[in-house]
Amino acid sequence: MAELIEVNKKDSVLDKIKKFALNNMVTIMFVIICYIGFYFSNLTFAFFINDLITRIARNSFLVLALIIPVLAGMGLNFAIVLGAMAGQVAIIMVTHWGIVGWQGFFLCVLISAPLAIIFGYLTGKLLNKTKGQEMITSLILGFFANGLYQLVFLIMVGSVIPMHNETLLLSSGVGLRVSIDLTGGLKYAIDDLLRWTFPKTLMMLGSASILIGGFNIYKYIKGVPNYLKGKIKLRMIGYVLAGISLVIYSIIITNSNSLLNNIKVPIITMVIIGLLCLFNIFISKAKIGQDFRTVGQDRHVATVSGIKSDKVRVTAIVISTLLAAWGQLFFLQNLGTLSTYGSHEQVGMFAIAALLIGGASVTKANIGHALLGTVLFHTLFIVSPIAGKNLFGDAQLGEYFRAFVAYGVIGLSLGMHAWKKQLQSRRRLS
Amino acid sequence: MRNKLHVFIKQFGLPRIIIVSFLLSLCVLAIIYNLSIAGLLSDTLVRTGMHGVLVLAMVPGILCGIGLNFGLPLGILCGLIGGLISIELDLVGFTALFTAILVSIPIAVVVGWGYGILLNKVKGSEMMVATYAGFSAVSLMSIGWMILPFKSDEIAWIIGGGLRTTITLTERYDKILNNFAAINIGNLTIPTGLLLFLITMNFIVWIILRSKAGIAMKAVGDNPRFATASGLNVNKYRIFGAILSTVLGAIGIIVYSQSFGFIQLYQAPMFMGFSAVAAILIGGATVKKASISHVFIGTFLFQGLLVVALPVANKMLTEGSLAEITRIIVSNGIILYALTQVGGGE
Repeated sequence: MAELIEVNKKDSVLDKIKKFALNNMVTIMFVIICYIGFYFSNLTFAFFINDLITRIARNSFLVLALIIPVLAGMGLNFAIVLGAMAGQVAIIMVTHWGIVGWQGFFLCVLISAPLAIIFGYLTGKLLNKTKGQEMITSLILGFFANGLYQLVFLIMVGSVIPMHNETLLLSSGVGLRVSIDLTGGLKYAIDDLLRWTFPKTLMMLGSASILIGGFNIYKYIKGVPNYLKGKIKLRMIGYVLAGISLVIYSIIITNSNSLLNNIKVPIITMVIIGLLCLFNIFISKAKIGQDFRTVGQDRHVATVSGIKSDKVRVTAIVISTLLAAWGQLFFLQNLGTLSTYGSHEQVGMFAIAALLIGGASVTKANIGHALLGTVLFHTLFIVSPIAGKNLFGDAQLGEYFRAFVAYGVIGLSLGMHAWKKQLQSRRRLS
Repeated sequence: MRNKLHVFIKQFGLPRIIIVSFLLSLCVLAIIYNLSIAGLLSDTLVRTGMHGVLVLAMVPGILCGIGLNFGLPLGILCGLIGGLISIELDLVGFTALFTAILVSIPIAVVVGWGYGILLNKVKGSEMMVATYAGFSAVSLMSIGWMILPFKSDEIAWIIGGGLRTTITLTERYDKILNNFAAINIGNLTIPTGLLLFLITMNFIVWIILRSKAGIAMKAVGDNPRFATASGLNVNKYRIFGAILSTVLGAIGIIVYSQSFGFIQLYQAPMFMGFSAVAAILIGGATVKKASISHVFIGTFLFQGLLVVALPVANKMLTEGSLAEITRIIVSNGIILYALTQVGGGE
């Protein structure tokens, strides 16, 4: 160990860059792939940004739902599929009752919560029985739950569970239709509450950033003792500068006839995603967050220091499942179509791929990873079919490439993690 | 008596009891609904032979210590390449079938070797990594199927690039093993050739497991530390097991295709590994222990369940895909059960 530390001290700039590149290999590779894809897709910037904003609003919530189980050392929670199912059950009920708009959405939030908590509790119990194999268990559990979900909504609805609704049920009266249109119901229930144009959003964001930075600097100048430490002072100046440039950029766009002016940003959704980020920060700093991390690092140490590790693990999964249920609500209100038997299936895989692409690993994940990963992964989503079509004359090729990347990234990252762990344990032995 | 029953339930496993009693009640229902039992039985036999080799591929994986081989699609892809090459060479009948097998074996050995090395690097998380290795290989080969230079009209789309999604084997080796020396007793058809092939494959694996390498492999899987202490190269025998499993997967898919009548490309192999895993677990195997008999029992029970469930479900409900749902619940349920038995906790 002593040697290692000494080597670290002598790191030159070049070594540091090398280390950075090695640690963020996946992310860097992705930036390059996305750029190449974007170049060959010949998309206009405005179209791209529009699509990207929609997809960020749609997916970030689900990706953020993954962070807490990673902190608690349970790896990537593939069982957020169960949360998504809870969300869909609520949507089906609310659509059946015909409650529309934000009231309907709010009711969905209320209905899905207890379901998600029950599912999460059961998942947590199961994962406590399969310690060390949490991820494969949660993956298979997702498939298993999908079977039960189909049993309920394809066979039991209309036959065992009484339900009469011509628009929702298949013509035979048993089983739900394969896709349920939410237009006029829950579609854009939250997104349409408040939409700003893209430059206006930038300007507001810039102003907020100037205010935060300016306020802190003002307080510092006024001489509140020890108010800001060096690094944070720099950051505050950075906030102000970034804010100013955003405002200037937004004014430039407004005064040009750029297509960017036509983009409408769903503000409430974005604010809620922001709040979820704050919640994640808050929870990781609170007592329970400490518990998560202690359990995540070493279960034995946690048990010795009086933390009930099994209970903490169940809590982590319950929170994750609950967030996933709400995340699926946001996802579907934006998408506008509930694919009854398919919407939830790939939720886990896509969210996990996004998180990993952002630079997270099985043991380390934060908000930055989640947001960056969402942006990168969905950039790939937008560009790869079009780039595939332009390059090879077949959009399907791009689709396959995308699937390969999603699976490959998960596989690679799991593999790298397992390999590192093996090397560590070997080092400890020798 | 009660104690004995308790021990029996514990050994046999609750899910297996549920599955067997479910199968029995389905059979009773089948009789009540006046379905042809002979027909159901011959279907079950065909499907046992069809899936048997794929299920057999699980045995070396479990015994050498890499656990349930969710990476079976890797072997399946090798088999598919072999099958395509034999059609491209314009072969017919048994020549085509055995060429397909012979071509796919060396490919599978190379792939299995790489796969084994990968699994040696990720000890402790083999199952998860294997699952995703399989998934990503299937998606990568989906790209491969679109750009591989096969020329035969049967394989490639005549217009546009890429290979067909399903390739008909009617004029090649469709059901050639099934029909070989098939015995008809009333409505009951015994696919002798298919079953003989399965038994032969099982016998070969049985012999390999009793050879020196096989015994060493079992020792490695059983207790790696003890094996190291007695001078065995753990990694080498794990690779051996992975190769064996991959080769069996390749042969398995060829047998499966000839019985099915089609070669399925693109996304079809994605979840085939899960069915095979479920089948051997139903047969009584665990993550650490498996034998040839588990292959027979498991495949027969699992496929029997699926075969009987379909017509019975159709009699009960005209709509819905109850049989498919049963498959999803049963196969994933038994895998979950096996995972909880690994000795989680501490």
